Amino acid sequence: MIGAATLSDQPDEAADAARRARPALLEVRDIEKSFPGVRALSDVSFDVAPGEVHALLGENGAGKSTLIKIVSGVYRPDRGAMFVDGRPVDFQLPGDARRAGVATIYQELLLFPELTVAENIFMGHAPRAALGRLDWRAMRARAEDLLASLEIHDLAADRIVGTLTVGNRQRVEILRALSQNARLLIMDEPTAALTEHDVTRLFAIVRLLTSRGVGVIYITHRLDEIFAIADRVTVLRDGVQVGTRRVAQTNAGELVQMMVGRKIDNLFPKISVPVGEPVLEVRDLVRRPTTKGVSLTVRAGEIVGLAGLVGSGRSELAQTVFGVTPAQSGEIRIAGAAAKIDSPGRARALGIAYVPEDRGIQGLVRPMSVLHNFSLAALSSLARAGFIDRAAERRMAEEGVARFSVKTSSLEQVAGRLSGGNQQKIVLGKWLANNPKLLILDEPTRGIDVGAKAEIHRLMGELAGKGLAILMISSELPEVLGMSDRVLVMREGRLVAEFDRARATPEAVGAAMMGGEGETGRAA
Amino acid sequence: MSAIAVARPQVARTSLLRRVASQEALLGIAVIALAIVVGVVNPRFLATRNLSDILLGNAYVGVAAIGMSMVIISGNIDISVGALIGVLATVSGSLAVAGAPIAVAWLAPVVVGIAVMALQGVIVAYLRIPAIVVTLGMLSILKGGLISVTGGKWITDLPEGFHLADIELFDILPMPVLILAIATILAALWMRYSASGRAIYATGGNAEAARLCGVSPQRTVVMVFALHGFFAAIAALLFATQLKVIQSTTPTGLELTIITASVVGGVSILGGVGTVIGATLAAILIAEIASALVFINVSPYWIHALEGVLILATVIADILRRQRRMAGG
Repeated sequence: MIGAATLSDQPDEAADAARRARPALLEVRDIEKSFPGVRALSDVSFDVAPGEVHALLGENGAGKSTLIKIVSGVYRPDRGAMFVDGRPVDFQLPGDARRAGVATIYQELLLFPELTVAENIFMGHAPRAALGRLDWRAMRARAEDLLASLEIHDLAADRIVGTLTVGNRQRVEILRALSQNARLLIMDEPTAALTEHDVTRLFAIVRLLTSRGVGVIYITHRLDEIFAIADRVTVLRDGVQVGTRRVAQTNAGELVQMMVGRKIDNLFPKISVPVGEPVLEVRDLVRRPTTKGVSLTVRAGEIVGLAGLVGSGRSELAQTVFGVTPAQSGEIRIAGAAAKIDSPGRARALGIAYVPEDRGIQGLVRPMSVLHNFSLAALSSLARAGFIDRAAERRMAEEGVARFSVKTSSLEQVAGRLSGGNQQKIVLGKWLANNPKLLILDEPTRGIDVGAKAEIHRLMGELAGKGLAILMISSELPEVLGMSDRVLVMREGRLVAEFDRARATPEAVGAAMMGGEGETGRAA
Repeated sequence: MSAIAVARPQVARTSLLRRVASQEALLGIAVIALAIVVGVVNPRFLATRNLSDILLGNAYVGVAAIGMSMVIISGNIDISVGALIGVLATVSGSLAVAGAPIAVAWLAPVVVGIAVMALQGVIVAYLRIPAIVVTLGMLSILKGGLISVTGGKWITDLPEGFHLADIELFDILPMPVLILAIATILAALWMRYSASGRAIYATGGNAEAARLCGVSPQRTVVMVFALHGFFAAIAALLFATQLKVIQSTTPTGLELTIITASVVGGVSILGGVGTVIGATLAAILIAEIASALVFINVSPYWIHALEGVLILATVIADILRRQRRMAGG
C-alpha cells in the first residue's frame, strides 16, 4: 500500500505528461492473435513506461498469457505493431525479445536445481576467459554485484539453487533477467507460491527496479497486490481489452466488474427441478494443507457450483470427498448415512462419480478403445467369475455413445484419437454407466468447443432433472452462474461465501473469489 | 473443421485395422516366409527334425515372453527374468538329484518364482521404485548368488522321469510345444476377456485414470509380477529338462531375447498396448532366424545383432505410429 499511497500524491496530469514526453519502454498497438478455432486476442493496445508497473488482470483464458507470449517473442501476432523505445520491432524468436531487453519470469521457475546461484544467473551467457574457458571468478564477482545491487545480503552466490526457498529462487530468476540487461520484466503471477514475508521482499525489489527505470508487466489474480504495487492496470476479458485504468483512479469494485461483467447468455439451460433430500453432507472436512475445515451440502436434483481461483483448493476438496486424498478429520454423509471414504473404489461403491479436471491425465486411458474406456469404471459389475460379460459391456458402451452423441467411427476406435469434447463425453458416460447418486465435475467444459459444451450443459440439466446431485467446479464464472442452483465460493482452503441462484451476481461472486470485498476498494 | 471431422474416422479405421490385424498377422507371415526363403537356399532347414528342434529348444523363451508382455503392458519392465530362470532350473534340478519326488522338483520353482517376482512387484508398486532399478538389483543378486552357491558346477545324473521336455503327447506333440501353445492361448483369452486383464491394460495406459475407476494399480502390478514369476518358472522347467545336464548359467542375454520377443510382438514399451500372441510368434521368429543363420552359413553370433535391429525397427515403428495418432487426434 505504501507505493500506491506515494503515487496518489502525485498529480496524475503531471505523470501523464512525463510519460508522453519520453517514448514508452514497450508499446503494443491493435494486437490480434488467433489459434485454430479461437480468437485469443483482438485489438489490444497497451504500453509500459520506464519505471512503471503495469498490471494485467483477467480470468483464466482472458488472454493474458497470449499477450505476454507475444511480448516475449514466443508467439508472433497476426496483426498489430510493437514498439520498443518508440522504434518498431518484430520479434521472431524469444531471443529477439531478450536482446531488446524484455525478460519473463514464469510461474514455474526455469532454474537448474543442481547448480549454484551464480551458475544459474549466467546460464547461457557466462563470462569467458581465454580459449573459451568459463571465467569462474568473474562469474562469481558479477553475481555478487548483482545481489548487492538488489540489496540482497542473505543469499550467497555459491549456494545450490535446489536448497533455496521459492522466494529466493524467484530472486535468482530476477537476477538472471537483470544480468542480461533486461529493462522490461514480465512477472506471471509472481506471488502465487510465496509467503507473506517473501511477497513484501518481492515488492521491495520491484520498487527498487522501477526507481531505476525498469518497467514491469505484472500479472496477478489478487486485487490487493494491484493496489499495493501497480501504477496502471489493464483488464482483459475473452481476448478483448475491457479497459486500462490508473490504479489511483479505480477501485476493487470497478475492476471486478470489468473482469467478469459479461452478460450471461442463455447457453445454460438449467431447468428448475424440485430439490430433494441431501445426498452429500460434508462437515468440517480437513485435509491439510489444501482443505481447512469445509462444510457443505448437495441435495438430489441440485447443481451446486463451486467457484474460486486456481489454487483455492476446489479440486483438492473434490479429491478428498472422492477418497483420492482421504480426509484427515471431519465427517462425510452420503444419503444420510455416515461414510468413511478412504479410496476411490469405496467412493464409487457409495454411488459417487468423479469426472476429473484433466481428462488427459486422470480421466481417459488414451491407448484403450472407446468400448473399454466406457466399461472401465463398471468392470466389477460387468464381470462374471472374473470374466467380462462382453454383450453387456457392448450394450453399455452403445447406450453411452448414443446418449452422449459421441462421434466415433466404431467402439473399437482408440479413445485418444477423438476430439476433446468427445473424450469428455466418454469420461462422463463412463461414470454415469454406474448410476451414481452424486456427480462431481471438475472443469467439465474446459478446452472443448462451444457445441460440445452446450451438449454437456444440456446433459447436466437433464441428469439433475432425474434427481442426480451435482457438485460442479468451474473457473468460468458464466458457467457457474448459469448452471448452478447455489454457488459456493472457496478461497485458501475454506468456503468463504454462499449465494443462491437469485443473488449470485458476477460482481458478488467475483469479489468473494478475490477476497476483495471492500477492504481493498479504495476511492482515488 | 468439417473436412477434418469427415476425414478422421477413415484414418482411424485403417490404422485400427493395422493395429489389430497387423502385428500378429505380420509375424505369422514373416515366420512362414522366412522358412520358405531359407528352405530354398538350403532345403535341410525344412526337415521336420530341424523345425521341431527350433520349437523345442525355444519354447521356454516363448513362455517367458508371455509373462514379460504382461509386465511391459502394465507399464513396467523386468530384466531379472533370465537370471531367475537359471536359479529356478538349478533349484528344480538340485531337488531332483537330491531325491525329492519329481512333483516337488517341478513345483518348487513355481513357488519360488512367484515369490521372487511378487516381491519385486511389491517393491515397484508400493515403494514406487522404477522396475528397471528393482529388477537390475535382483538380476545381480540372482546371477551372483547362483554362481557362488553352485560354484559354476553343472548338475548331472538327473533322475528318470524328471525330463518334462521329453514327454510327447500321442508320440508326436512334444510337451514344451504343447505347453507353449496352451499357455499362450489361455493367457491371451485371459488378457482380453477378464476384468484383471483389462486392469493390466488400464494400469499401463493411464494408472491415474485406472485408480479413479476403482482399479488398484498397485495390486495390479503385484499380480502381474506374480504371474510373470509363474511363467518364468514354467520356462525354467522347460529349460532345465530339455538337456541331460543343467548348466549354472543361462544363455547370454536371455532376458533381452525375451524382452525383444515381447516388443517385436507388438507390446508397446510405453505400456498399455500389446498381446501375448504377438510375443509368442515373435519368440518363434527369433528362434527361426537364429537357426536359419546356421543353414545359410552365417555366424550364429549375428543373432544378437539381428535381435537389436528387430527391436529398434519395432520400437521406431511404434513411436512413428503413436506420433501419427497424436497428429490425427
